[in-house]
Amino acid sequence: MADSAPAAAADDDPVAPAIELSAAAFDALLAAAESLGPDERLRLEGVTVGLDAAGTDDAENADSANAGTANTADTANTADTANTANTADADGRFMVEIGDERRTGLDDRDLHEVAADHAAAVTDWYVFEHVVGEFGPRRAFLRWLEDADGETVARRYAALADGVAREWGQLRVTVRLTDRGERRYEVRHVDDADVPRTDLTAYDDPLDAREIVRSDERGRYRPLKTAPTLRRGWVFADLGPTDAYETVETVYPATVANWYREREGDLDVNHWRETMERQSGIYGVVKTWDRGESYHHVNWVAEACCDDSQCLKRREWEYDDETDLDVDGGDGAFPCREPCSLVVSAARKWTRLESEQSRTYEFELTPSEKAQVEAVIDAVADGRTDEIREADTKDDANRYRTRFLRAKRFDDDGTLGGVPTDPDGGE
Amino acid sequence: MQSLVIVAHGSHLNPDSSAPTYAHADTIRASGAFDEVRTGFWKEEPHFREVLRTVEGDEIYVVPLFVSEGYFTERVIPRELRLAGWDVDEWDSDGLSADQATLVAADIDREVHYCGPVGTHRAMTDVIVRRAESVTDDADVGEGFGLAVVGHGTERNENSAKAIAYHADRIRERDRFDEVTALYMDEDPEVDDLPEFFASDDVVLVPLFIADGYHTQEDIPEDVGLCADYTEGYDVPEPVDGARVWYAGAVGTEPLMADVILERAGDAGADLRGALADVRETTRVATGD
Repeated sequence: MADSAPAAAADDDPVAPAIELSAAAFDALLAAAESLGPDERLRLEGVTVGLDAAGTDDAENADSANAGTANTADTANTADTANTANTADADGRFMVEIGDERRTGLDDRDLHEVAADHAAAVTDWYVFEHVVGEFGPRRAFLRWLEDADGETVARRYAALADGVAREWGQLRVTVRLTDRGERRYEVRHVDDADVPRTDLTAYDDPLDAREIVRSDERGRYRPLKTAPTLRRGWVFADLGPTDAYETVETVYPATVANWYREREGDLDVNHWRETMERQSGIYGVVKTWDRGESYHHVNWVAEACCDDSQCLKRREWEYDDETDLDVDGGDGAFPCREPCSLVVSAARKWTRLESEQSRTYEFELTPSEKAQVEAVIDAVADGRTDEIREADTKDDANRYRTRFLRAKRFDDDGTLGGVPTDPDGGE
Repeated sequence: MQSLVIVAHGSHLNPDSSAPTYAHADTIRASGAFDEVRTGFWKEEPHFREVLRTVEGDEIYVVPLFVSEGYFTERVIPRELRLAGWDVDEWDSDGLSADQATLVAADIDREVHYCGPVGTHRAMTDVIVRRAESVTDDADVGEGFGLAVVGHGTERNENSAKAIAYHADRIRERDRFDEVTALYMDEDPEVDDLPEFFASDDVVLVPLFIADGYHTQEDIPEDVGLCADYTEGYDVPEPVDGARVWYAGAVGTEPLMADVILERAGDAGADLRGALADVRETTRVATGD
């Protein structure tokens, strides 16, 4: 439940900002404390809260009853230190442990005082237990954003006061702390990191991100949400935790859920072969592409579709569970657990095309023309054609150069070198 | 926590394909009937394979935004959602009567209520009529009008034609339009011969498709003769052989579709929290302008 990280402050600890304890956070703490069993503890960073058995009718020696339940190094000697316990109110229901000090008989007001003194720890607990909630992927993602499972509250709050930024695909998510210990999130394009907010179009509804992700900078439809073509120029400036998660979910659907499963050690990877075996209908043909002889065709698919230049997911699927592909899976933050629908759809096309046998054609090309053909293919494959300046005839893939090649080497039927594609009479 | 998952086809090529899915999801979100509304797709993201893992709720209703029972609802969706032990007999359907099946989705190890497609629900009849009202901008349209309900036909799936005929019959029984006819793209009576089937001067043509795309934007307008080439466009209404044809485009884009999604989930046991009346009213306003 609550964090139990030790609170021992090192000299170089940054100074956490002053935090005001909100009524909501305290009410939640009170309710949580009231619902504890006699041997249960609510462990926040630097302070442990429990019910004070002495404050109830039927317990005579709360100290010894409680001693066995302490499970952190800090509180292992609870029974000893209890002798010096500071009883604030004989009728109080609560006890707290702060370091070696144990205080019993605290009433609501006393508990509030303790909570206000530990407002950072209480608000941190409150945010993750009550605002973020239990849903595993959301909780893990929001904790990851601020390294909540690695750093102390004091260090985190000090950093969060200035803003902590993380990248997720092409998103930059920044978390900031309010003076009441709440989190506010900003989401924008990574390449807009330094752009003043006022220069960006502001949004506040996570579902508005659907418009942003639909088309690229040039207005072309993006069929793959994780393609590195997210357009710039927008900002979700001030989101709560749930909306921050939903915004990321809208931009990169299911990536957090898959990342979470991977962190938990149970990402369900489905490799190429089992995925293709599963296909039916018009895609059923794809399984015939695998002939059990080699997996090179899948290398080519992965190189064509799954490279980081094409998709930001980190490919975790391979040919099968015994045969890894030879191409790199990429460096993405979130995993790809099986060939996606675009890959399956393209594979259907390639299954047909790759059933053809190679032939030998004879063409006349100058060495420069051969290099030019290669450059044109590279330019299209790398999506570079728009970058080639109209008058830059030094570039082998320049439009005038390519038109010249076509004028010289194609016949009236558009056939390269006048050599029929199908010498047996086809096209 | 009650969750609704709307599953639809989506497209690699056409952004309009998922637009109605998102629109209806938004309408249902605003109604407050569900704590959570998610969308999943065959060709977009999140994919059917991964949508359930994004769902937080423990009472999950999956509604397919498809027009008829068939390959997708009976085979693809259950397989991709990993509905353990799925058998089409769970629906015990005659091709029109699939309601719901409660199965454990192996992906999340939680039960989901897998509902029949929206297209075969009785409430879909009202959406077709509403679509006719929208396209004519006349809430009382009927007298002096013919109505053609158009669908694929049996080329891929015999249930496709059943759904078209089912709704056409139900509308005809209401005696609201002078004539009601079911037409098909790939079987008789064919939509190409539209004028032959109507004596009315005005004919509303409502395609039973979920989203606008190739069929509704290119195929049908050309087949009917609204235009020689879809790129030229056409008017609404457009004269064809002496009749005025009011071409409505995909019925699935009609805001009242949200009502059918709710009905499907409600039939499967979801607590709709009074949302049906709200949605019928808000979508009526939305179509009144």
